[in-house]
Amino acid sequence: MSLIIKGGRVIDPVGGLDRVCDLEIDKGRIVRTGRGLSGERVLEASGLWVLPGLIDMHVHLREPGYEYKETIESGSRAAAAGGFTAVACMANTDPVNDNGSVTDFILSQARRRAAVRIYPVGALTKKLKGEQLAEIAEMKVRGVVALSDDGATPMNAEVMRRGLEYASTFGLPVIAHCDDQNLSRKGVMHEGAVSMRLGLPGIPDAAEACIVGREILLAELTGAALHIAHVSSRRSVALIRGAKERGVAVTAEVTPHHLTLNDAALAEYDTNLKVSPPLRTEADRRALVEGLIDGTLDAVASDHAPHNIAEKEVEFENAAFGMIGLETSLPLLLRLVHAGTLTPSQLVQVMAVAPARILGLPGGTLGKGVDADVSLVDPDRVFSVDPQTLLSRSRNTPFGGWELKGKAVCTLLRGKKAYEDREWKSRQKVSS
Amino acid sequence: MAWGKRKDLLGIEDLSRDEIETILDTAESFKEVSLREIKKVPTLRGTTIVNLFLEPSTRTRTSFELAGKRLSADVINVSAASSSILKGESLKDTAWNIEAMNTDILVVRHSAAGAAHFLSKVLDCSVINGGDGAHEHPSQALLDLFSIRERKKRIEGLTVSIIGDIAHSRVALSNILALQKMGARVRIAGPATMIPLGVASLGVEVTYDMDAAIEGADVIMMLRIQKERQGAHLFPSVREYATHFGLNQQRLRGAKKNLLIMHPGPINRGVEIAPDVADGPYSIILDQVTNGVAVRMAILFLYSGAAQ
Amino acid sequence: MWPENMPQNASKGPSRGLIIDKTRMGELVQELADRIVAANPDLSEVTLVGIRTRGTHLARRIAERVAKSVGQTVPVGILDITLYRDDLRARIDQPELLRTEIPGPVEGHNIILVDDVLFTGRTIRAALDGIMDLGRARKIQLAVLVDRGHRELPIRANYTGQYIETTQDETVRVRFVEDGDEDSVILREIQRP
Repeated sequence: MSLIIKGGRVIDPVGGLDRVCDLEIDKGRIVRTGRGLSGERVLEASGLWVLPGLIDMHVHLREPGYEYKETIESGSRAAAAGGFTAVACMANTDPVNDNGSVTDFILSQARRRAAVRIYPVGALTKKLKGEQLAEIAEMKVRGVVALSDDGATPMNAEVMRRGLEYASTFGLPVIAHCDDQNLSRKGVMHEGAVSMRLGLPGIPDAAEACIVGREILLAELTGAALHIAHVSSRRSVALIRGAKERGVAVTAEVTPHHLTLNDAALAEYDTNLKVSPPLRTEADRRALVEGLIDGTLDAVASDHAPHNIAEKEVEFENAAFGMIGLETSLPLLLRLVHAGTLTPSQLVQVMAVAPARILGLPGGTLGKGVDADVSLVDPDRVFSVDPQTLLSRSRNTPFGGWELKGKAVCTLLRGKKAYEDREWKSRQKVSS
Repeated sequence: MAWGKRKDLLGIEDLSRDEIETILDTAESFKEVSLREIKKVPTLRGTTIVNLFLEPSTRTRTSFELAGKRLSADVINVSAASSSILKGESLKDTAWNIEAMNTDILVVRHSAAGAAHFLSKVLDCSVINGGDGAHEHPSQALLDLFSIRERKKRIEGLTVSIIGDIAHSRVALSNILALQKMGARVRIAGPATMIPLGVASLGVEVTYDMDAAIEGADVIMMLRIQKERQGAHLFPSVREYATHFGLNQQRLRGAKKNLLIMHPGPINRGVEIAPDVADGPYSIILDQVTNGVAVRMAILFLYSGAAQ
Repeated sequence: MWPENMPQNASKGPSRGLIIDKTRMGELVQELADRIVAANPDLSEVTLVGIRTRGTHLARRIAERVAKSVGQTVPVGILDITLYRDDLRARIDQPELLRTEIPGPVEGHNIILVDDVLFTGRTIRAALDGIMDLGRARKIQLAVLVDRGHRELPIRANYTGQYIETTQDETVRVRFVEDGDEDSVILREIQRP
């Protein structure tokens, strides 16, 4: 039974396509694009963007171990609502995903309950301790797509070097969370004028940049594929830009919150703004936007980090790091599009094409014959973020009350609806 | 007189110069009360003040307690050792329990910066910041201003040097903000490990040279050196710190004749300040303690009606 | 409410506006001074304590008259009753707190509190508490320029310049040269929006 998505603006940078036309889906796959297509069912999409399903390559689904924060089921529903058809979930669960059986568990939960594709990221070292390598080959066989000790950085450079080498043996990229833990110590926010005013222990930008520099040099040494997670500072951007110019196999991601906010936002000690790496200065934020435009930063990833309210409604210094992001990621990036900073095609590039390429995943395109993972986006839909209505099991977003423009209204996974915006759905019924 | 009723005193940052002056003027009247034979007035009869001190402090707690009692308020002290926080209760729950006892004013001391802000958002009663982490200690800065003004008859135009661990000191930050609002010039001095990274945004003069810090200063404020910070790589040894950044008689040879030397206490004698300097003619360290009660009476008085 | 035994010198009637002029005010102050002298043979024990701020003006005037009449200087103190008010927490505005300055001891002295207008009596209650906290006076008396009635507490002045019949909707304002006005007493209706 074929489905026609009618009259939307189809944007597929891989296929070099950006025009208003119809998209035909049959048996869960893309059949063709064109004008005046007909089929048994029709989704009216005029005024909407028709995009390859978005991919968030850096989320924390918290299962197993922290199901009170998020589960594979709830996190995947939040992902679908945010326009994502695939997410890569980090290994810092309990138990840590550092062996094949945990990978198996995650994937079996995903098969039974997930609304979108779930790609596990395995730990680089056992229990994320930065000491012994995890059973990487074993996890690769079970299905991990990358390796990362996200949340911690192996402080021993030798361990990182061997990790990169061993991972490259199995063709897995290493995602580096770059933080020199001796420099960041007990820091809870960017170290600078604002941290001084607030009396909060600071994390200097050098804590990130030192490790970014180290990992780049180790990638150069080993020839392994390195991906830098959630870049936060202009110094790191400069290091990555330099590395790319030299031809090092390095890629990088940036979060919507680092592209949107700076450290001045912390003035009221809102613990939802406590993230790792921290929000940095306005100059850093601008450098990140610049890096995204010029391709130094390849991808946007939310670093969706759910926490229970009890872990956030405490003194700033004692609050957990992280904010949720799956359901605000696309609207926040659309601000850059509405501002003329980013083209719609670039948005698809950083939110779908690049993540697929970096992790070697299918998707990121609407080419003929591929699985029909499609995001329908209403770029003009204005809505106010209400943390209570989000599908994530946690509420730790600083964007509550923000008026945003543009959101996903329908997410298709293999041609089937994984998410449908209620307001959009009711309008569909009226029109059909 | 400038006083729009405020609910909370969270930091000097929020106060205008007029408001600071109102607090200081009011404190002068209370100083008179403190000199009476019967050092008590009925002003806050029926008012309940809770001193929630979750970090050790004798000076500030006693000062607030005495201030409250001289105003006839009922004052209860809750300390870290006696509170349920150690038993795992969250700060929010502790605060709600305290408020449920119909508390009118909560004075809070906490090791975490922003703790007073946090409480002011969840509580209806007045919240007075009695020192939060390395953030602010507004009542200390106000009593320091009061003590300077009492001796110098003005604050505007004075040069004040603050010496020590500026980066980790709530006393330093509150004083820098307060002194600047009142029109004083502020200098800070100490080893570079103790000067905060964002210092340029404060508009203070920075020096690493003690003699330059002392020269021409009308007031010198010495900060307490926390010996436990040796482990944090801020300075190699107490001995070296005392030699290079301690205040002693020899250094004072280049000082102004009518210099005032201050210290928020408690003093590490022989570390940041030599005993004969602490007890010497320039020192107004004990004035600070006396004035602390009057200034805190003024704070409690001015903030007491606000919760209505 | 008007006192049951209406005094002889009560001014009646709704004569609004200027009710006591400069000349008459001078006479009233003189009368108060004379009666204080007559009633207190040992003036060396007397301290006049004006209640901030207009009571202070009146206390100084009385002291001047006493000095002129009998050649004896009577010390004048200032009492700020802000800390003793019973309406502190109910007030919208924050009252300004000023210093209390009493020359010499209160202990064992004959204190004459001085205020411009006696109304509900609450100010005097506060002043009594304030004085007593400063020491145990041998005797405390009260002198006022105007008594306008409507007492809420059992308080009476020892020396009253003039009784004026008023309603609750009126205010009595005593003006002094010291504050940049002409000496006078004005009766007004309270303007309510």
